[in-house]
Amino acid sequence: MLINRCVRFSPCARTTAIKSFPTYDTFLPFRPLAARYSHHGPQYNGPAPTVAVIGSGPAGFYTAQKLMREIHGTKVDMYEQLPVPFGLVRFGVAPDHPEVKNCQDTFQEVAASPDYTFIGNVNLGHDLPLPLLAKHYDAIVFAYGASKDRQLGLKGEEKPHIYSARAFVGWYNGLPEYRDLNPDLTAGETAIVVGQGNVALDVARTLLSKVDVLSKTDITDYALQTLSSSKIKHVHVVGRRGPMQAAFTIKEIRELLHLEDVQFTPIPEELFPPDLKQLPRPRRRLMELLKKGSPVRDQATKSWSLDFLLAPKFLNWSASDPNCLEGVTFIKTKLEDPTSPDSKVTNTDETQLIPTSTLFRSIGYKAEAIPGMNEVGAEFDERRGTIRHDGSGRVVPFGEGGKTETNPTGSLNGVGVYCSGWVKRGPTGVIASTMTDAFQTAEAIVQDWKTMYSSASQAKEPRDGWKGVQAEAQALYLPLRPIHWDQWQKIDKVEKAEGAKRGKPREKFGRVTEMLAAAKS
Amino acid sequence: MTLYRRHQAEVEIKKDQIRQQIRVLEHGRRRFSTTPTQRHGHVTPPKPGEELHVTFIDKDGDRHTFEVSKGDNLLDIAQANDLEMEGACGGSCACSTCHVIVEDEEMYDKIPEASDDENDMLDLAFGLTETSRLGCQVEMTPDLDGLVVKLPQMTRNLQASDFEKRS
Repeated sequence: MLINRCVRFSPCARTTAIKSFPTYDTFLPFRPLAARYSHHGPQYNGPAPTVAVIGSGPAGFYTAQKLMREIHGTKVDMYEQLPVPFGLVRFGVAPDHPEVKNCQDTFQEVAASPDYTFIGNVNLGHDLPLPLLAKHYDAIVFAYGASKDRQLGLKGEEKPHIYSARAFVGWYNGLPEYRDLNPDLTAGETAIVVGQGNVALDVARTLLSKVDVLSKTDITDYALQTLSSSKIKHVHVVGRRGPMQAAFTIKEIRELLHLEDVQFTPIPEELFPPDLKQLPRPRRRLMELLKKGSPVRDQATKSWSLDFLLAPKFLNWSASDPNCLEGVTFIKTKLEDPTSPDSKVTNTDETQLIPTSTLFRSIGYKAEAIPGMNEVGAEFDERRGTIRHDGSGRVVPFGEGGKTETNPTGSLNGVGVYCSGWVKRGPTGVIASTMTDAFQTAEAIVQDWKTMYSSASQAKEPRDGWKGVQAEAQALYLPLRPIHWDQWQKIDKVEKAEGAKRGKPREKFGRVTEMLAAAKS
Repeated sequence: MTLYRRHQAEVEIKKDQIRQQIRVLEHGRRRFSTTPTQRHGHVTPPKPGEELHVTFIDKDGDRHTFEVSKGDNLLDIAQANDLEMEGACGGSCACSTCHVIVEDEEMYDKIPEASDDENDMLDLAFGLTETSRLGCQVEMTPDLDGLVVKLPQMTRNLQASDFEKRS
C-alpha cells in the first residue's frame, strides 16, 4: 500500500483537535515539508543551516528528513558514491522483501523538497577532498554505513568457493562492486553459511527459494540465471553460540520455515531452555517457533538446518585440487550459561567436520574511514569500525570545527561534524533502528544549532553548499561528474521499464557505466 | 463510561475548534477551507452521527483527539493529522515504526488479536508492552470508540541493547 502522505496541505479541519496551541504556521493552507511537525514546540525563526550528508541510505535520508522538518529552510546536499540513491535499501534489503523498501516513498518525499540536492557519482575523499566541504557547510553528517565485512581469519579464505555474504547479497541486488562475482553454485549440493544473523538467513533463503518466486522480485537477471542452475540442496546456517544467543529475528526464521518444498532439520531439544514460559516475550516466541520447526514435507527437494555451538577452525581442501573445497572443520563450543542471551562461549577440544563445496561468511559488516576524515576533526575507531562520537552522534559541535592545539581558532570555519546510522553505532539492527538513530543525530544537530542561533536577530550569512563546492572543484580542475535527482529519476524510469518487460518491478543496472548512460538518455 | 468519554472528547474538540477560530481571526486570515479536505486518500471523513473518537498521547505527553470513521487504521489517522508516526514500510506490517501502546487493557482486549506477522514485528519494537500494537493493523470499529493510545518514546533512553544484532 502506498501511503499518500499529506505534505503540502494542512490537516483536515474536521478531524484535527490539537490541544497544545499550534504555531501560526499550521494555519497556512500550503505548508512545506519542514513545517509538518512544527506544532511540536515553540516556533524557531532563526537562520537555517546548510548541511552536507554523506551517504544516501536510510541513515542519510532519515537524518535529512528530521533536519528539514525541525528547522524550516535547512538545506541538505546529499553526497553519494554511486549514481543511484538509497544505499542498503536498494543493495541490502532482500529482493523478496519489497514491503521493507517502502521507506523509499518517504525518501522520495524528502528529495522532492527544493531544499534538497542529490549529488551522486561523487566519491568523497577520492574524487573530492573532504576538507574542501568545510567552508561551504555549517555541518557535515557522516552517514555512509559499513562498506566492508568481517573475515573469519581462516587460511585460504580468499580462495574460490568462499564468498562473503555481503558480496553475494550485493551481487544479486545489483551492487556494481560485485557485478562480476559470478558465484559458482554448481560445485556440490551443500552450502555452509557461517553466522546466524538476518543476512545469513537472507543468503540461505535466496539459495533455497524457487527461482520462479524470485523472478517476480527485483533480483537481477544475471543472479536469477546463476541461481536457476544452482545445485545446492542443503544449507547449514552455522553459529558459534546457541538458539538463545542467535542474532536473527523471528520474521526471517518464519519465512524460511514457510518455504515451499523446503524441510527444516529439527533442533535438538537439549539446546532450548527447559522452561520457555519464563522468557521475555520476543525470545520466548522465537524459541517456540524454532522448537516447532516446519511440518514434515514429503515432497521437500531442499532442506536447511541451524547448526549451533560450532566455530570454524579450518577449511578442508581437496588433495587433488587445492581450489576445491571439501568441507569445513569446526570446533565445538560450550556456553557458560546456555539460557542467557549474552552468555560467554568457550571452545572445547572436540571438532566436527561438515562436508561442503561452498562457504558463505556472514559474521558482520564493518565500516571504513574516509580519507581526509581526521582533517575535519573526525576520528575513526578501527577496532569498533565506527566514528568516535559523544553518544548522540556529535563528533565536532558547531563552531569548533578544526580547532586543535596548534590551531586554536579552527581552520575549518566552525563546521559541525556529526555521524549517523551504522558508521555511528556499528552495523546492527533493522531500518527502524537506523531511523531512530538518525533522528537522534538530527536532534543533536538541531539542538546545537538552536543554541548558537536562537533567534532571527542572530542573522547569519547562509553557506553556499554544493554551489560553492562545485566552483571550488572546478577551479582545482577536479573532474566531477555529478548525478542529480532528475538524472536518477531517468535511471529509475529505465530500470522500471526494463523490469516491466520481464514481469518484475525493476531490472537494476549492475554497472556504473550503464547507470550513467541511462542518466543521459 | 463510554458515553462519558465520548462526551468529554466532543467537548475537547469543540473547545479546540473555538480556539482555532479565535487564532485564525487574530491573524486576520481565513482558513483555506472549512470543509474536510479530500486530500487524504487514506482516511475517510466520518459521516455525521457516525464519528468515532481516538486519542493519541504523543511523546511530550500531549493528547490529540480526533473524530474518525469506521475502518480507518491508526497509522493513517496519525499521519493524516501530522502526528509523529513514521510507518516506514507504508503500513504493510513489515517494520515496527507505527508501534502504539493501548492505554486501557479492556480496550486492548476488544481489538482483534494480532497476527503472527504483527507480533513478529512488535517483538522488535522499542519499549514493547503487554498492550502494544502496530498502528497500521488496528482499524477503528464502533467497539473501539474512545480508544486512547500512547506513542512510545522513540529516541529517549536509547541503549545499544535495544538493537537486535545483525551479524
